Amino acid sequence: MTTEKPHISVKNLNVHIDGNHILKNISIDIPDKKVTSFIGPSGCGKTTLLKTFNRLLDRQGNVEITGQVLVDGEDLYSPDTEVTHIRKKMGLLSQRPFPLPMNIYDNVAYGARIHGQRDKKELDRIVEHYLRGVSLWDEVKDRLKDPATRLSIGQQQRLCLARGLAVEPEIILGDEPTSALDPVSTQRIEELFLELKDKYTLVLVTHILRQARRVSDYIVFIYMGEIIEFGTTEEVLLNPREKLTKDYVKGYIS
Amino acid sequence: MKNLRLTIDKITGNVFLIFTLLATVTVILIGAGLYYKSAPILHSNSLSSLLLSAEWKPFKSSFGFLSYIAGTLSITAIAIIIALPISLLTGIYLSEYAHAKVKRALLPPIDLLSGIPPVIYGVWGVLIIVPFVQEKIAVHFVEFSSGYSTLAGGIVLAIMIIPLIISILLEVFSTIPDGLREASLSVGATKWETIKFVVLKKSMPGIIAAVVLAISRAFGETIAVLMVCGNIPEIPHSIFDSCYPLPALIANNYGEMLSVPMYESALMLAAFILFIIIFLFNAISRIILYRLERSSN
Amino acid sequence: MKRKLEEQFFKFLMILCTLSISGILLMIIWTITSKGAGSLTWDIVSKIPEGGFYIGKGGGILNAIIGSIYITIGATILGLLVSIPVVLYINVYAKKNSWLATTTRLTSDILFGIPSIVYGAFGFTIMIYFGLKTSLLAGTITVTLLVIPILVRTMDEVFRVVPEDIGNAVYSLGGTRWETAKIMIRQCVPGIITAILLSFGRAIGDAACVLFTAGYTDSIPTSLDQPTATLPLAIFFQLSSPIEEVQNRAYAAALILTIIVLIISFTAKYFSKKLSKNKI
Repeated sequence: MTTEKPHISVKNLNVHIDGNHILKNISIDIPDKKVTSFIGPSGCGKTTLLKTFNRLLDRQGNVEITGQVLVDGEDLYSPDTEVTHIRKKMGLLSQRPFPLPMNIYDNVAYGARIHGQRDKKELDRIVEHYLRGVSLWDEVKDRLKDPATRLSIGQQQRLCLARGLAVEPEIILGDEPTSALDPVSTQRIEELFLELKDKYTLVLVTHILRQARRVSDYIVFIYMGEIIEFGTTEEVLLNPREKLTKDYVKGYIS
Repeated sequence: MKNLRLTIDKITGNVFLIFTLLATVTVILIGAGLYYKSAPILHSNSLSSLLLSAEWKPFKSSFGFLSYIAGTLSITAIAIIIALPISLLTGIYLSEYAHAKVKRALLPPIDLLSGIPPVIYGVWGVLIIVPFVQEKIAVHFVEFSSGYSTLAGGIVLAIMIIPLIISILLEVFSTIPDGLREASLSVGATKWETIKFVVLKKSMPGIIAAVVLAISRAFGETIAVLMVCGNIPEIPHSIFDSCYPLPALIANNYGEMLSVPMYESALMLAAFILFIIIFLFNAISRIILYRLERSSN
Repeated sequence: MKRKLEEQFFKFLMILCTLSISGILLMIIWTITSKGAGSLTWDIVSKIPEGGFYIGKGGGILNAIIGSIYITIGATILGLLVSIPVVLYINVYAKKNSWLATTTRLTSDILFGIPSIVYGAFGFTIMIYFGLKTSLLAGTITVTLLVIPILVRTMDEVFRVVPEDIGNAVYSLGGTRWETAKIMIRQCVPGIITAILLSFGRAIGDAACVLFTAGYTDSIPTSLDQPTATLPLAIFFQLSSPIEEVQNRAYAAALILTIIVLIISFTAKYFSKKLSKNKI
């Protein structure tokens, strides 16, 4: 479908949760260093699909996953795959920001620390670099020792992005990352996504069509656990091939 | 570095698992330990003679638990009869009528009440309830009562289990969806009718679970009851008679039990009986409550 | 009309019941205070019993206060050593709603309902089994068994409501379950403190466990294998004395225990309030 080299490659993925068939025979190649958005009505399985990429899904009980998810050719679900190293490759931005119960500095330094970085100077550098990366540095540089919960919710979400970037992932997964934010913060996060796509592969789940249009290169439309359509943003939003996609884009189904 | 982290993760996982399993089998260990200790008397005496005879003469090796069982049952019954209506009315008020502010003011006393140690209830019972029963109640009904009676034990016990019942009832009422209340109100029912016909009906399993939990709590309460119920090993014939509940029997005789043959085994059997009944009651009511909680999610 | 009247009647009863519960609490505190305050002297809290103490001569109940504190602190620490791993296992390590987690929760609920006299009797049997005598050690271990379910239930309630996303945040940074567990502990500090205080309150006030296992003595224990007095038993034994001075000291001891328990309860309230503020 696309000519680019895939970064994540999903093959015949099926997911059952509590006996319900949530994802049905999903196969898709997520292109490298592009923004790909999953759209679809709520409950269609888009978040579930995202969670299969970093294997957070199988932490819940009663989940049955078959098929393959290949990241850089490595199968996530083969028994000898080591999960923590896969997850490190993928930053996650959740619906609402969840700062860790520690100060601003430690939030960003946390990932580097658990992965063995002990050098104070290097940690300082990392913290500053990534806080600048999400344009938060100037706002917090004088209060790095404050608890992260004291930041505004928009700042917290950028902090969480910085925290994720600081472990040097290759992929960023966003699960409706702006749904709790005000319009101004949303805009800043969207701008960041556009900057980040030079270096990272981004996969976003969103229910806002205009957001999908503003930030994505590719769009995947998911309905009732199946991929209905996958193509470039223009193709899917302006010239959908499938009737279901057309109805969704026009707002007949939601 | 990476391997070390994964190793730590594995080790902690396994160690924690062992602790979890240990904590879970404790309940079996307690049962097994008490059974092991009560086995001798179960072998030498028949179960029916143990449970259905009121003759308690340790030196003659006759161990009939009937008067103790009767004592436990009667104070428990009194306690539930007093505590249930009060707890229900309070629970309904707090969950359905009281404003958030009122609720915030009235919940702490209930919590504090549940934190007061049994021995303090005992002291209070001796100082207030026993004389009250003797001077204010018993005089109207019987010629003489010392006040140290089944009724006094029941009243003290009732006050001890009220906070427990209320806290479970509040949890149960909170599992009833608001939509259900609104549905009833919208067809013109009054608030009280909604409570009677919808809330209480829907909460019935939870209310039963609360009562069963309260009964099992009442069965096991020792020190407070022992201080006010008189401890005379006879089947009480009126609520103004003294009684002698099972836990009190165990507590009062722990010292001499080692010197009389079979005495220890008999007391451990008393503990084992308490354990089994309370275990079953707790298990049943907790399972009911889990179901309720799950169905409301 | 009749409908309204019925509702009014029951509402009146409800308010009456609700208020009388607060009334009973005040009455208990008032009774204990008015009876105990008169005999509450500095000697009571600072001295151990002297010769003839139990026929009304001098001395205090420092032995019981110290003994209770030893047992309470010891049991709570031992209890935490067991219950924190359990809570972490069922909330972090095990999968959500796993069979083991459900069983553990059910078991700790059941164990919570087992009365302390049964723990006392069980503690007594293991004590005999291992050839121990009534002692600080035996008392502490028995009370530990009593507080473990309290600690597990209370902490579990707090850990369970931590949003999944906190854990997901750590995992998505490549963190292990152990690293997630450490973050969870930080997140739940106020809840852990509440649990510790609850266990403290229960342990210090419990009489039936220590009756069997801790023994009673007039001196302050200096090692784990010595018997020890405890506050609830000090109250219980002195109250059964026919001598008035001794009974009065029981009231004073009851007042001391009540004050300790109320302080613990209020501190626990403070921390659980803090906890609900911390919620995201």
